[in-house]
Amino acid sequence: MNQIAGPPASEVDTGWPVAIYGALKRARVRQVSYVPDAGHSRLINLAHEDTAMAATVLTTEEEGVALAAGAWLGGDRSVLLMQSSGVGNCINMLSLLNSCRFPFLTLVTMRGEWAEFNPWQIPMGRAAAAALELMGVTVMRLDEADEADEIVTAAADLAFEGDQQIAVLISQRLIGRKKWVSE
Amino acid sequence: MAMQPGTMDRRHAVRDLLADRAELLVVSGLGSPSYDVFAAGDDAANFYLWGAMGGAAMMGLGLALARPRQPVAVITGDGEAMMGVGGLLTISVRKPPNLTVVVLDNGQFGETGMQRSHSGFGVDLAKLAQGAGFSEVVTIRNLEGVAAFRPRLQDVAGGPRFAVLRIAPGNQERALPARDGVYLKNRFREKLGLPVS
Repeated sequence: MNQIAGPPASEVDTGWPVAIYGALKRARVRQVSYVPDAGHSRLINLAHEDTAMAATVLTTEEEGVALAAGAWLGGDRSVLLMQSSGVGNCINMLSLLNSCRFPFLTLVTMRGEWAEFNPWQIPMGRAAAAALELMGVTVMRLDEADEADEIVTAAADLAFEGDQQIAVLISQRLIGRKKWVSE
Repeated sequence: MAMQPGTMDRRHAVRDLLADRAELLVVSGLGSPSYDVFAAGDDAANFYLWGAMGGAAMMGLGLALARPRQPVAVITGDGEAMMGVGGLLTISVRKPPNLTVVVLDNGQFGETGMQRSHSGFGVDLAKLAQGAGFSEVVTIRNLEGVAAFRPRLQDVAGGPRFAVLRIAPGNQERALPARDGVYLKNRFREKLGLPVS
């Protein structure tokens, strides 16, 4: 799996995935679907360890959009975890949420916007927010670790109480540089 | 290598499949499967897709995970199922015990002018589901087979199941369910006793 390297642990708040997990629990989110992603790896592990959550690994991100609709139909709140490269895969399936006004919450770790090493990540990273907005999804930004709880809580309220489709884009700067060479 | 076309009348097959459905929750794939499910008898516990091609089975998974004590069936076509073929792998790994995916397979894209589908060119969806690891996989070729399989839809343990119904090529007269997604969503949730906001 990918490893994340950033400033020394003492200098960076690595608690944001835990804060997100706490916000999701308080928002009574029960289903978590994901395409594996280094930035979300801690949250994915927390979801799998939580017997009250149903975690589902997907082959592609749009599966998670359909899953979210089915979950809501049956009374479950859900969240889709993905990387910005997955946003493009979701475009047509987002019509389902729009047509039926299904609540939807996705947390997107950004690539291609901050100290990106891989040029192949840049086009979709650059287009992610606009692509979501074109399909009617409201885009929020998480840039600071200490705002994770507040922003995810607000996003969940907007989604599940306000019947909206919400994406929280998590800054690549917050996630940290990807380590390409083992030390 | 093309397969022999199926012979079952699709309307008849779906009507028999959904007879005595009790608490069964149904998601139908866009196009003819939605018309077939509607023609078998409208029910608030039917969610008719009119789009979201490739998403029917995954929607069934989300629903099955949310309602573990109720049986859930996805009824879709071979083209829709194959557009979402990755989702079949996701379902087989997640193993919802109360979910059955039923594919009405005529080897054609019915809605768009009867072009031959991948199944019509020989792709065997049942073998694909077996390879993915579905708990139970059947191919049904006649109405006796449908009647014999029907009780399996009520089973909330031992899934996920996968059934390929080999239906005759050709379209039926259209039977059009409601198209308003918000209405379909709200009446479905209301039937389950969930808040409708």
